[in-house]
Amino acid sequence: MSDSQGNYFVLPAVTLWWREMVRFFRQRDRVVGALATPIVFWLLLGFGLGRSFKTPSAPEGHGYLEYFYAGTLVMILLFTAIFSTISVIEDRREGFLQAVLVAPVGRFAIVLGKILGGTTLAFVQGLVFLVLAPLLGLHLGAASFAWLMVVMFLISFALTGLGFVIAWQMSSTQGFHAIMNLFLIPLWLLSGAVFPSEGAPTWLGWVMKVNPLSYGVTALREGLYWTLPHPDAMVDLAVTAIFAVGMFVLSLWAAQRTTRGDLQ
Amino acid sequence: MGDSLLVVEALTHRYGERIALNRVGFEVAKGEIFGLLGPNGGGKTTLFRILSTLVAPSEGSVHMFGIDVVRDQNEIRRRIGVVFQAPSLDRKLTVLENLRHQGHLYNLRGRDLQSRIDRLLARFGMADRKGDLVETLSGGQRRRVELAKGLLHKPQVLLLDEPSTGLDPRVRRELSDYLEQLRDEDGVTILLTTHLMEEADRCDRLAILDRGQLVALDTPQRLKEQIGGDVISVETRQPQPLAEQIGKRFNIEARVLEGSVRIERTNGHRFITELVEAFPGQIDAVSVHKPTLEDVFIHLTGHRFEGDVT
Repeated sequence: MSDSQGNYFVLPAVTLWWREMVRFFRQRDRVVGALATPIVFWLLLGFGLGRSFKTPSAPEGHGYLEYFYAGTLVMILLFTAIFSTISVIEDRREGFLQAVLVAPVGRFAIVLGKILGGTTLAFVQGLVFLVLAPLLGLHLGAASFAWLMVVMFLISFALTGLGFVIAWQMSSTQGFHAIMNLFLIPLWLLSGAVFPSEGAPTWLGWVMKVNPLSYGVTALREGLYWTLPHPDAMVDLAVTAIFAVGMFVLSLWAAQRTTRGDLQ
Repeated sequence: MGDSLLVVEALTHRYGERIALNRVGFEVAKGEIFGLLGPNGGGKTTLFRILSTLVAPSEGSVHMFGIDVVRDQNEIRRRIGVVFQAPSLDRKLTVLENLRHQGHLYNLRGRDLQSRIDRLLARFGMADRKGDLVETLSGGQRRRVELAKGLLHKPQVLLLDEPSTGLDPRVRRELSDYLEQLRDEDGVTILLTTHLMEEADRCDRLAILDRGQLVALDTPQRLKEQIGGDVISVETRQPQPLAEQIGKRFNIEARVLEGSVRIERTNGHRFITELVEAFPGQIDAVSVHKPTLEDVFIHLTGHRFEGDVT
């Protein structure tokens, strides 16, 4: 790769990332939808189920509002990731993507710019929600905060990557919504975000165990309850990191292929 | 092949079983406006996708600047500008933001990029709209920004897919003027696809595509001269028998096309008199006109331009 070619990587990736930011903040409804919806869910389910929720692993006085907090955080990350990757389909349909594809930019830069864009948005929305943690009596020290940052970033990256792989192959947003309801939402439901695996039937417990997102949710709880012992914390972090890298590799692979949408 | 900037050889493309392009070959010289004329589904969009590096052909080769388009994709991409039929501007960004984004994709930045943007916007009369969101622009204004976007990295070749679709006639003429200006002042080679005769007429040379095949290649003028003189069309209740009788009587070819009889003939105005006298009572109306590119198309393919809306 010559010098002039090498430069065609950073600037294109940055500009694609920047566009995601601008677009997101110009579409206020997206901001509201991705942040407010999960918070409403959290409050309604949290207060509704309240004290009728009991889990053997949780400390005393740990109500559903508190249990569901980490799950809501992941929901915010998931929703933002979905909203930002849906734009891949819109970009393709409207024609914007074509112009990017015929520019002298490698697919690596395109995929990285796009996924980092979605990741940043999800991450920032997650941070906003994290501000509410002290209301639950959770006090985050520097170490636990740093841990949470890393885990949130990895989960955001993995989910945006997953959304990208799906969106790249789709020619309509309706198709994406179907996959969202049948695959992405269950992925979240079965990650320990909504209920713990202990009370679930064995087969469901296994599904939750192979779901890579479960490890991310657990890792978030480990950050929130930093002072409790967490023997598997590094495993949870490692699986989450592998999930993120795996999704990126899959996105790269998907982006090399010409899809039906290009031929319409 | 000396001054040919683009050489297309035996280009074939299939979508599964369907052949979209069948051994198409032609050359484009530096500094010309070259048109690909054909009905929708004729293969020109496929050809456009191959030339713009979006799709690799099934067979055959394309060379631009002597470089293989498939093998050295990135080198080609740096040197061509592409304006797609579908709008490629982000409507949620301003004109300036769109152009900056495009510049960054081509690794342009800073003052150089800014001065290129300013110059192009001034040239296309859009300087005062640069801070406006694209969604607030009219169709013609958007097309001008698209053009600026495609020209930002100073491409040697500009590819345009159906550039006048959706534009009113005044804006269309304006666009053609811009393209001629680019050819004359900047030496840009322009290749465009069109299904509009009026637009095709302004090209230096034309390739006519029908059902994936190249059926003609020449200047619009010479293509029209292929037709001997004038085109006469005869309205009648029973076109088929009349066409046969005319053919026998004058020893010429008379075709039936969509309920009327078509004849190509020199000195059409004189022939009309003979014709009407020869078949009294059978002819409802007769018209005669100088050949258009549509007539050329009919002459070559035996059928009308499908999907031609305007």
